[in-house]
Amino acid sequence: MRLGFNFWLGAGLTTLVILAGILAPWIAPFDPVLDADLMNSELPPDSTFWFGTDGQGRDVYTRILYGAQISLTVGIVSQVINSIIGVTLGMTAGYWGGWWDDLVNGFTNVMLAIPPLIFALAVMAVLGPGLPSLLIALGLTNWSWTCRIARSSTLSLKSLGYVQAAQTLGYGDLRIMFTQILPNMMGPILVMATLGMGSAVLSEAALSFLGLGIQPPFPSWGSMLTDARQLIQLAPWVAIFPGLAIFLSVLGFNLLGDGLRDSLDPHMRTRTP
Amino acid sequence: MTDPLLEVDDLHVRFSVAGGGLLGTGRRMLHAVNGIGFSLAKGECLSIVGESGCGKSTTALSVLGLQEPTEGTIRYRGQPLTGQGAPGRMQRAKAVQMVFQDPYASLNPRQSVRTSLAAPLRLHGITAASEIADRIEVMLASVGLTPEQAKRYPHEFSGGQRQRIGIARALILEPEIVVLDEPVSALDVSIRAQIINLLLDLQEKLGLGYLMISHDLSVVEHMSDRVLVMFFGQVVEEGGWRDIFERPAHPYTRRLIAAIPDPDAALNPGTKDHFADAPLPAGRSFAFDGSTAPDIFSAPPPSELVEIAPGHRMRLVPVV
Amino acid sequence: MTAPLLDISELHLGVAVGRSVNRPLLKGVSFQIMPGEAYGLVGESGSGKSVTTLAVMGLLKKPLAVSGGEILFKGQNLLELPKREMRRLRGNRIAMIFQEPMTALNPLSTIGRQIAEMFVLHQGKSWDEAQKLAVEALASVRVPNPDRRARNYPHQMSGGLRQRVMIAMALACNPDLLIADEPTTALDVTVQAEVLRLIKELCAERGTAVLFISHDLGVIASICQRVGVMYAGCLVEENETSALFATPRHEYTRGLLGALPRFGSRSLHGRKRLVDIDSIIADRSKLTETRFIASRSAEEGGQP
Repeated sequence: MRLGFNFWLGAGLTTLVILAGILAPWIAPFDPVLDADLMNSELPPDSTFWFGTDGQGRDVYTRILYGAQISLTVGIVSQVINSIIGVTLGMTAGYWGGWWDDLVNGFTNVMLAIPPLIFALAVMAVLGPGLPSLLIALGLTNWSWTCRIARSSTLSLKSLGYVQAAQTLGYGDLRIMFTQILPNMMGPILVMATLGMGSAVLSEAALSFLGLGIQPPFPSWGSMLTDARQLIQLAPWVAIFPGLAIFLSVLGFNLLGDGLRDSLDPHMRTRTP
Repeated sequence: MTDPLLEVDDLHVRFSVAGGGLLGTGRRMLHAVNGIGFSLAKGECLSIVGESGCGKSTTALSVLGLQEPTEGTIRYRGQPLTGQGAPGRMQRAKAVQMVFQDPYASLNPRQSVRTSLAAPLRLHGITAASEIADRIEVMLASVGLTPEQAKRYPHEFSGGQRQRIGIARALILEPEIVVLDEPVSALDVSIRAQIINLLLDLQEKLGLGYLMISHDLSVVEHMSDRVLVMFFGQVVEEGGWRDIFERPAHPYTRRLIAAIPDPDAALNPGTKDHFADAPLPAGRSFAFDGSTAPDIFSAPPPSELVEIAPGHRMRLVPVV
Repeated sequence: MTAPLLDISELHLGVAVGRSVNRPLLKGVSFQIMPGEAYGLVGESGSGKSVTTLAVMGLLKKPLAVSGGEILFKGQNLLELPKREMRRLRGNRIAMIFQEPMTALNPLSTIGRQIAEMFVLHQGKSWDEAQKLAVEALASVRVPNPDRRARNYPHQMSGGLRQRVMIAMALACNPDLLIADEPTTALDVTVQAEVLRLIKELCAERGTAVLFISHDLGVIASICQRVGVMYAGCLVEENETSALFATPRHEYTRGLLGALPRFGSRSLHGRKRLVDIDSIIADRSKLTETRFIASRSAEEGGQP
């Protein structure tokens, strides 16, 4: 399998975000919440505060490192929920067909017709703000495409000899789905999940920006942007660095997803004669 | 004569297909198989020949339990395989297995050969690691592969070797009947001969009953004991291989035989298009000659298979 | 003696892996096709028969590239022809039909229009005139109701009809050479027999030479006057069809012929074990060291 430059760039950016999140407690020079000092507020970047300080005098660099934890958690957990829902519905619909297929299709179409952010907003309004409800809201909104891909992959895999052979060998339906079908469609599902992580990070930022996501004083890239709104003229670094963090991590996830898609594409794989 | 392994009686399969109307209105019934009947004995090779859409694959899928028949019965050693009282997939698996046409699509690319062969054994209650290993080794040897090749994955094998793995998988549960769906048509000529030889050897050694689906009449003539010629869901002629290939009676069978791209006939024209016309039984004529396609959306007109020689039957209609 | 229509000599062709490493696919293939002659190339998958036709058509895609030899068509080296000239030749003087006609036909255009396009493109006819010629072309490949069929789209036709349409398109401009790459492999036997007969009769009528590619010895025998057997990028044996089948000289050809279940042989001789090619060939790597190319006798030169 040959992986291109984009894949490695994406993998590099993603690794950077992951390392930042994991190592934050050790590499961050300050505490993201407690080290507020109004004497130091709105300082431009210097050798002590690498990315400057915000309106309450907290180190932006520190808060971005801790914010990576939130973004990663949101990205990964919401995509795991999405993939489980999408694959379960799509695979069973494709495999069993009939009324179940019609029902799942109808449901998927309804979900696709609702703008995801509006749906997430509605869920958040019911569940209230906070990280757990954010995870649930984003986990419930983005499974439609995964479901469609799982369904169409299942339909094409179902007609292949090895799936029919498994049926004649006495395998049960669930066993066939998990041993014959699922492993052979993991490629596209993984790609969808990786691409979805990027949009989940964006959605988290948007919801936090609207005040529904992570509550202050805990740092999230989206809520940092909200705080930066009033300061953007006076202290642009307060907005620039969280924005850059969002941009680079979303770019990283998307490049990783594209790279994975290219490398998993059967047309780009060589078949030994 | 021994009891047949497999008996298929008056098998009908109809599919509901969408018509031209919106929202699925105007659904029509496609008559894929119309009253097929045959029996298969131990160690016998019965071939179903015909062109695409004649219902031969649907018939095979019904025998495998992958397609529910609309009407008719399929019995294995006297026990029904379909309808009420039919065994589950597990029991059926030990009776009937299948070798697929395309060796590239018939093996799970993410499973090693060992996994493909061990999983069905485990599923059927063989759990001792040593017994599984033994049976896999014996099976691989009997299809001409080495035990070391078990840990490899399908993409490491050539088309012919993949087909050997497919045969091993079909035989690992020791079934008595194997459905061969165009078993060599996707293979290169020289590999074809090796697989045909292997299939014939295994049949002799294990006493397998083969139900072969094929459009390649040269292969069918070489391998079969009895032959069923199908045309649009019906058997138009059936008999022993000599009946079908030396004394074909039905015009459609003759058309098929004449169409074989056969080097000997091409270089010595006139060798196989002169079959003596046997007199038709009084008051009957051919239901169709195979030159026009019947309507597949309605049941075929009444006709019957008439015995013209012992074991040699063809489809005729009474002349009105 | 007439000059050959197509004269391929010492054609070398390979896959460029990385910068310069070359994995050879054709290792010096030479053969000639006389005007009006039907020449068959037979071989198993990977023997190089299909890339040979792509090279003749100038349709080789990267990383495939010709690394030596020449392809003379009417004395003109196709490998040195500018792309524009080559395009003018393709479809006009050299035409091609493929295994799967559906991929070669435009699904969004009626078949009448697609055939008419050939006349407009290569013969400068007006559209009105071209439409009429298209209906005639359909009639010539024995498509029933040609004027009605001309208004059909490819998906409305069966595989056999589509292949007839491909033949009509290919022969529209009366090419000198028709290249047919496994044109009947995807068809049912009875349809295959009809399409083969059609190709044979039309090409004989018009004096079109045919380069016919197939893995099926029976198909080759029924259509070609001369056959070349390819193995691993080499032409290992070439002879008149009847001579090749009666007295194959190369052990690979003998193996191939023996591996074929011959229709009627079981009736005459009982069931004989098919020849396992690996049991008669000790070392496959030595197969390409010997070649049997039967020379053409002086008087023959294909059909007049």
